[in-house]
Amino acid sequence: MKQMLQYLKAYKKESIIAPLFKMLEASFELLVPIVMANIIDVGIQNGDKPYIWRMCALMIALGVLGLVCSLTAQYFAAKAAMGFGTALRKALFGHINSLSYNELDQIGTPTLITRMTSDINQAQTGVNMMLRLFLRSPFIVIGAVVMAFTISAKLTIIFLIAVPLIGLAIYLIMRITVPIYKKVQSILDQIVLHTRENYVGARVVRAFSREKDETEQFDEISGNLKNTQLYAGKISALMNPITYVMVNIAILCILWFGGWQVQIGSVSQGQIVALVNYMNQILLALVALANLIVAVTRALVCAIRINEVFRVNSSMKEGAEEKNTQESGKPRVVFDHVTFTYGGAQEASLTDISFSAMPGETVGIIGGTGSGKSTLVNLIPRFYDATKGSVTVDGQDVKAYTFRHLREKIGVVPQKAVLFLGTIRSNLQWRKKDAKERELWKALQIAQVEEVVKKKQKGLDEKVETGGRNFSGGQRQRLTIARALVGEPEILILDDSASALDFATDAALRRSIKESTGNATVFLVSQRAATVKNADQILVLDDGKLVGKGTHEELLKNCNVYKEICMSQFSSQEVAQL
Amino acid sequence: MKNKKTINRVLKLIRPYTYLVVSILVLAAVTVAATLYSPILIGKGVDCMIEKGLVSFPDLKLVLLQLAVVTAISAISQWVMSLLTNKMTYKIVDDIRRRVFAHMEILPLRYMDAHQPGDAISRISTDVDQFSDGLLMGFTQLFSGVMTILGTLGFMISIDGRITLIVVLITPLSFFVANFIAKRTFTMFRLQSETRAEMTSLVEEMVGNQKVVKAFAYEKEAEEQFDDINQRLQSCSLKATFFSSITNPSTRFVNGLVYTGVGIFGAFSAIQGRITVGQLSSFLNYANQYTKPFNEISGVVTELQNALACAGRIFHFLDEEPVPENAADAKTLDQVEGRVRFEDVSFSYTSEVPLIEHMNLEVKPGQRVAIVGPTGCGKTTVINLLMRFYDINKGKITLDGVPIQNLTWESLRSSYGMVLQETWLKTGTIRDNISYGKPDATREEVIEAAKQAHAHSFIKRLPKGYDTVMGEDGGSLSQGQKQLLCIARLMLLKPPVLILDEATSSIDTMTEIRIQKAFQKLMEGRTSFVVAHRLSTIKESDVILVMKDGHILETGKHEELLEKKGFYAQLYQSQFCNV
Repeated sequence: MKQMLQYLKAYKKESIIAPLFKMLEASFELLVPIVMANIIDVGIQNGDKPYIWRMCALMIALGVLGLVCSLTAQYFAAKAAMGFGTALRKALFGHINSLSYNELDQIGTPTLITRMTSDINQAQTGVNMMLRLFLRSPFIVIGAVVMAFTISAKLTIIFLIAVPLIGLAIYLIMRITVPIYKKVQSILDQIVLHTRENYVGARVVRAFSREKDETEQFDEISGNLKNTQLYAGKISALMNPITYVMVNIAILCILWFGGWQVQIGSVSQGQIVALVNYMNQILLALVALANLIVAVTRALVCAIRINEVFRVNSSMKEGAEEKNTQESGKPRVVFDHVTFTYGGAQEASLTDISFSAMPGETVGIIGGTGSGKSTLVNLIPRFYDATKGSVTVDGQDVKAYTFRHLREKIGVVPQKAVLFLGTIRSNLQWRKKDAKERELWKALQIAQVEEVVKKKQKGLDEKVETGGRNFSGGQRQRLTIARALVGEPEILILDDSASALDFATDAALRRSIKESTGNATVFLVSQRAATVKNADQILVLDDGKLVGKGTHEELLKNCNVYKEICMSQFSSQEVAQL
Repeated sequence: MKNKKTINRVLKLIRPYTYLVVSILVLAAVTVAATLYSPILIGKGVDCMIEKGLVSFPDLKLVLLQLAVVTAISAISQWVMSLLTNKMTYKIVDDIRRRVFAHMEILPLRYMDAHQPGDAISRISTDVDQFSDGLLMGFTQLFSGVMTILGTLGFMISIDGRITLIVVLITPLSFFVANFIAKRTFTMFRLQSETRAEMTSLVEEMVGNQKVVKAFAYEKEAEEQFDDINQRLQSCSLKATFFSSITNPSTRFVNGLVYTGVGIFGAFSAIQGRITVGQLSSFLNYANQYTKPFNEISGVVTELQNALACAGRIFHFLDEEPVPENAADAKTLDQVEGRVRFEDVSFSYTSEVPLIEHMNLEVKPGQRVAIVGPTGCGKTTVINLLMRFYDINKGKITLDGVPIQNLTWESLRSSYGMVLQETWLKTGTIRDNISYGKPDATREEVIEAAKQAHAHSFIKRLPKGYDTVMGEDGGSLSQGQKQLLCIARLMLLKPPVLILDEATSSIDTMTEIRIQKAFQKLMEGRTSFVVAHRLSTIKESDVILVMKDGHILETGKHEELLEKKGFYAQLYQSQFCNV
């Protein structure tokens, strides 16, 4: 919690002023019944009209003051809360940017998105409500009791008994219903899940003629929801009648015992009216307080979840090297007995991998799903740190570089082809902010997507929607390849990046990359033997182990796994043809 | 006009619960009357105690007794009213929700492919909820609100007409203020929600694709973009929050004015002896309460409109044409041989763009048909037509000589088994998923099917084996494992005709080889349609359909097509070109 509060620090003044002015407003409100009592006891009793006018003027003055105080409080509370939310959001975003792949895997991006958006909004609303109401409601309750005490100490006993009882009743009802409503929410989630599942899987459901069973299942969930809602409703329906009865009983007591006090002359008629008014004010304040507690609890849960993200720290230390250390004739990438285990995993995903790749060389990496192909290339830009052994780029351990410098050397085409909101141009300039028109077109041409962009009305300035959804899968994939090519990276990594392309386009793409990247080292990850077969060096992975290294011809001769892969994709006659 | 129709349909939904509605209305009236009567009684109680020595205890006792009874009546009727309202609301809502879902299950795929699942989901969840909150709960609130206003007016007039006039005249000021603020803040709120949406989509992009951001060392730029939106969000949220929070204090202020007004005139009237002090206190009480139902009603009215819109959307969904039910004379095939014929079939998704035209195809029992072509060429269209997910526009598709339109849905679909590339699994246990097409399969049968699909070995290693519960869409299973389960699902059924969207792209090589073998066994003697990515599948097929841009370019056997030197030959050769 302390950590959260630090984001309010810049708004210390506001965070103090807001509740203070709220309390001022509340005190003015508490004075009104007393003024009214005076009107009754002095003004009416004595028929003193000027006095009544004066008192009414006082009430209006109290009202104006209350309004001013309240507005002041609202303004400062809003200012502090929004400032808090903004600072927190910025800090969390920065923090997420500082995490490494390892932590991102652990937390999961959907979770991070929820923390960034709805959780922060909730926390912000919570702060706002806290500042405005948390002191006000208790203050009114206590204030009303104190005021009652100034009128009659004896009658205050009624207040002292009634207030805790009403508070307890409200608390108990809430305590029972809040968890039930939570359950209602989770059944609602089930309803959403079942609906989505059936919608998305309509083909399968129908193929197996299971529509009736699915509907029955849904009816069951829906019925369950109805029953839970009815149960929750039953209890929360008690809230109003019970508090109403309790307050009226309290008023009844005030009137009865008050009657005796009036009889002996220690309390006046107007004061009895004031006491009744105070009782009503207390009820309103308690109900507001109960709602506030629920809202604040919710915000607190969000705050805790946000805090959990803050507590996760990057497991990587950034290096400082920013110079270019490449010497000619030396290998560009070297893996030296690299073993890698994912955080929390039992077994290593890569075991004792060693190889080196020269500038201008194309390295093919092949193997089945889960064999460690992507993991291997992820170690080059230091998305993960090798558990054992070392990864060297341009003669330096990757850990020695600053992240930015290392990653600027490398063009990565990830498996999932994502583009970002903006234009084709803004997407292509991700690696190099000031890339010229000519460079962009060249990259597009190499990536076999030049024609697509040329056909667009606005060319490079064509809009790209979120996720690039206004482009087909194949177009997106080629655009992400172009994005990686801009700025001529020293190392190009294509992680199964041609899966959505047909054979012909795939082949043309490889040819043009080969021809135009010159001195760059290219890593081609694929499951297709046809894709890697012309690489200068092919690494064959099986279950995290390097089971073959060499050219296509060599591997066909001496690597069984490679041979099997080829045989599964081609007939033996075709393999000979490859 | 449209609203009227919707209201009529809503009324139809409520009709079976007429007795509940009537009871609720009666109880609401009783509650309001009792609640409003208690300030009067309190006032009478105050009047029993003029001053020292002038307290009439017998009268006071009588008044308090009445107060107790009225309180009890009010509380009980309010409680029962809430219970009945809940009962009616939740029953109706449950009813609608089930109907919407059942309707979804019989909508044609044409509708489902054209609409996002989100649409159906919001019909079933948010729309139904808003409908229940707004229309049903809102209705009782509206009724009690109006009752309260009328009742308060009545009670006030019965005490003193002139003071009532003050209340009636000043109160509208509070609406005016609230309305004025609401109008001003509307644009601010819109700006806030727009900026928030902008923020959310940036966060979804940058955090959702954080790995790409890292790969391009794009963190700084992302933070700059973020800061810009964050700053804008701060200033517009501040405005929206502050200006909207003016409403409460302002209306409270107006209420204070009403209260003071009643105080002055009440006090003067009391001095003249036209009303008692107790009556003045009742008045003050009413003055406090009078504006509340107004504020509530204005809230309820917007909610009602919103709920009506939701109801309209729900009805609209329910009005979507479903697929026809089985005709009375629909046939059932007992022993399916697997003879499939396309006779002069034409089909298009939209009438403007013709897709398949005059297609003829004859598949003999046991033949293997491969469908090849680049991605997005319309291979799945053929599957859609075979399974009658879509109806053809012209021509005839027959299964064992019977046009598929003349078959019952169950008979047609149980003749086919399909594995799509996009795997679909239900939340539930592994066993439930494998036995999806045959819910009464024994455990042994399920295990046998899993073994044949080579899924048994990984299922065995899961924490609870076949009883392991998977989350949404297969949860933590790998894509390959999910595909194995889908294959096991088919192995259990062994349907006469197979449709395989070659679902092996993400299964590792070793498993893949085994599955291929299992598939070979499954396909033996069965007609099969395979959307093929793999040369071996293509070459061994009896017929190859080469598709491009939705058209069937070429048909024939592998060798024939190679000789043609057409698109197929080009596709095929591209695998061998040396780069």
